[in-house]
Amino acid sequence: MSDWIIETHRLTRDFGSLRAVDQVDLQVRSGSIHAIIGPNGAGKTTLFNLISGYLKPTSGRVLLRGQDITRVPLHRMAHLGIGRSFQITNIFPTLTVLENVRLAAQARGRDNFRLWTSAAKLRAYTERALAALHQVGLHERALQIAATLPHGDKRRLELAILLAGDADILLLDEPTAGMATEQVPMLLELLRGIRQGTNKTILIVEHNMSVVMSLAETITVMHQGRVLAEGSPAAISANQAVREAYLGTAFAGGQP
Amino acid sequence: MRDRFTSSQWAGLTLIGGLIIFPFVVSLFTGQPVESGVPKFWQGMLIQVFILAVFAMSYDILMGYTGILSFGHALFFGTGAYTIGILLKHAGWDLGSALLAVIVIAIIQSLIVGLLSLRVSGVYFAMVTLAFAQMFFLLAEATDFRQWTGAEDGLQSIPVPAWISPTTERLRFYYVTLAFAIIMYLLARQVVNSPTGRVMMAIRDNETRAKVLGYHTLTFKLIAITVSGVMAALAGAFNALWNLNANPAVLGVGTTINALLMTIIGGVGSLIGPMLGAGVIQLLGYWLNVFFGPSWPLLFGIVYILIVLFLPYGIVGTWRLRSAGWLAMWRERSRSLIRFFNHP
Ligand SMILES: Nc1ncnc2c1ncn2[C@@H]1O[C@H](COP(=O)(O)OP(=O)(O)O)[C@@H](O)[C@H]1O
Ligand SMILES: [Mg+2]
Repeated sequence: MSDWIIETHRLTRDFGSLRAVDQVDLQVRSGSIHAIIGPNGAGKTTLFNLISGYLKPTSGRVLLRGQDITRVPLHRMAHLGIGRSFQITNIFPTLTVLENVRLAAQARGRDNFRLWTSAAKLRAYTERALAALHQVGLHERALQIAATLPHGDKRRLELAILLAGDADILLLDEPTAGMATEQVPMLLELLRGIRQGTNKTILIVEHNMSVVMSLAETITVMHQGRVLAEGSPAAISANQAVREAYLGTAFAGGQP
Repeated sequence: MRDRFTSSQWAGLTLIGGLIIFPFVVSLFTGQPVESGVPKFWQGMLIQVFILAVFAMSYDILMGYTGILSFGHALFFGTGAYTIGILLKHAGWDLGSALLAVIVIAIIQSLIVGLLSLRVSGVYFAMVTLAFAQMFFLLAEATDFRQWTGAEDGLQSIPVPAWISPTTERLRFYYVTLAFAIIMYLLARQVVNSPTGRVMMAIRDNETRAKVLGYHTLTFKLIAITVSGVMAALAGAFNALWNLNANPAVLGVGTTINALLMTIIGGVGSLIGPMLGAGVIQLLGYWLNVFFGPSWPLLFGIVYILIVLFLPYGIVGTWRLRSAGWLAMWRERSRSLIRFFNHP
């Protein structure tokens, strides 16, 4: 067995004549925090969509613990331990905040087909949901309708949904985008806590360089659908090609 | 504190209490015996409301809770009506077994329709269900089966057991249908509040997200269509018992549109709303007919447009949103309506 929990082999996805992801070979070490960076349109979200089964590739393969999962249907992915959050908030707007998160907890359990119990009585799921809401600091809004949350709180809800799903591999697509700046330390602490307390793997797309540099063990840089460079934060910040292609001055400021 | 009722539970219990004593209240006010005349007439009116209420509620489980738009809901209602009629009249079954058969057939029918049509969604699903309903409508009208279905004349004089005859035992029939509506409501409420029901609501809101969470959404949609189909079929069966007949119109588009109207007028996704909507449509239709004669459907159309304008979330939905400045909305909408008539 290799150390890689997720591997992609020459993963490619076309949208018409546009090649959004181009022959990407990615290896994610089990239990690590692995960041993917790159300019807008580099193909990061598409790569996430391919790994999480949201989109099917034009060619190439996705392996989970060495097993090919390229053709696994979307709804099976959560049960294989792959969970994700979305760059563009993707929630259940007319349900309460608590219900949004509870549904994520319930999905992994065995009570989905119990017509004669009331959902509210399944305490274990409610407790797991409340714990996730506590972690992101949204518990006071538990009974609010999700659509009525301010944008930044919706971003935190998105995060709580991911946490309640209890996935082994967490794919976070720009979690800080749209989040209030004062919430960013919460996110950092949360992800560090997950890294230290569990054996979960975190794959994160993020534009906030201070987040990336202080969290990630490995960074993959994408550009125009391809992998431009890969390495430790120090190696990436020293990489001349990366600086030229993308990072520029903003990058220097983000060094740890 | 826990064993106290909430205000909406009190409202429900009061409503049920009112409906239980209703026949005797009418009898008291008119001075006529409860078993005949005006009291009997009004029992009949409410019996139809109860039956339509269950039908509308079944539609709400599909449209309001799972977000599935169907144009063929009459299929289940009509099949329930014909099933019980044929079994009582031609097969000589007893009422209990016939009702059981209605349930079994509805389950099979919903699963088949669901599996064949849930592969497409939105308006495409609606059109496929419409095609199914029209197929059965044509089947009911087909002269080849006249000896069982009565073809275009319908299935006449269904032999309803004497103890529950809607003509001679009207009061008993009234209480049976009232109990039927209450039981169906409680069952439906249980379903939507169950873990399964919550997944249905998640699918209504965002089906792909539900899949990402790990739900095989087709299974949940099949459960929704089956629960809804069985309820609609039972309502159809009671409708046949009440009318003592079943004719092709119960399978027609008009029957589906009726369910759609009742659900929208009452309030989508509230169960109780569509039941109230059934009452509004039935009683409004009656009074418009009394006061305006045969042109009443035209007036009904106007009333319907006004309801959609002023109660955009239906009776129950608008009531629940009452804090959200509906008075301001009404003022605004009345103004634009007046403006429209001044300068059309
Ligand atoms: N569903 C889609 N249909 C067509 N083009 C798409 C789709 N999703 C992404 N793209 C295109 O693919 C490219 C990569 O997009 P994306 O993966 O979202 O980049 P990133 O997340 O790195 O900003 C962009 O040019 C984008 O316009
Ligand atoms: Mg993106």
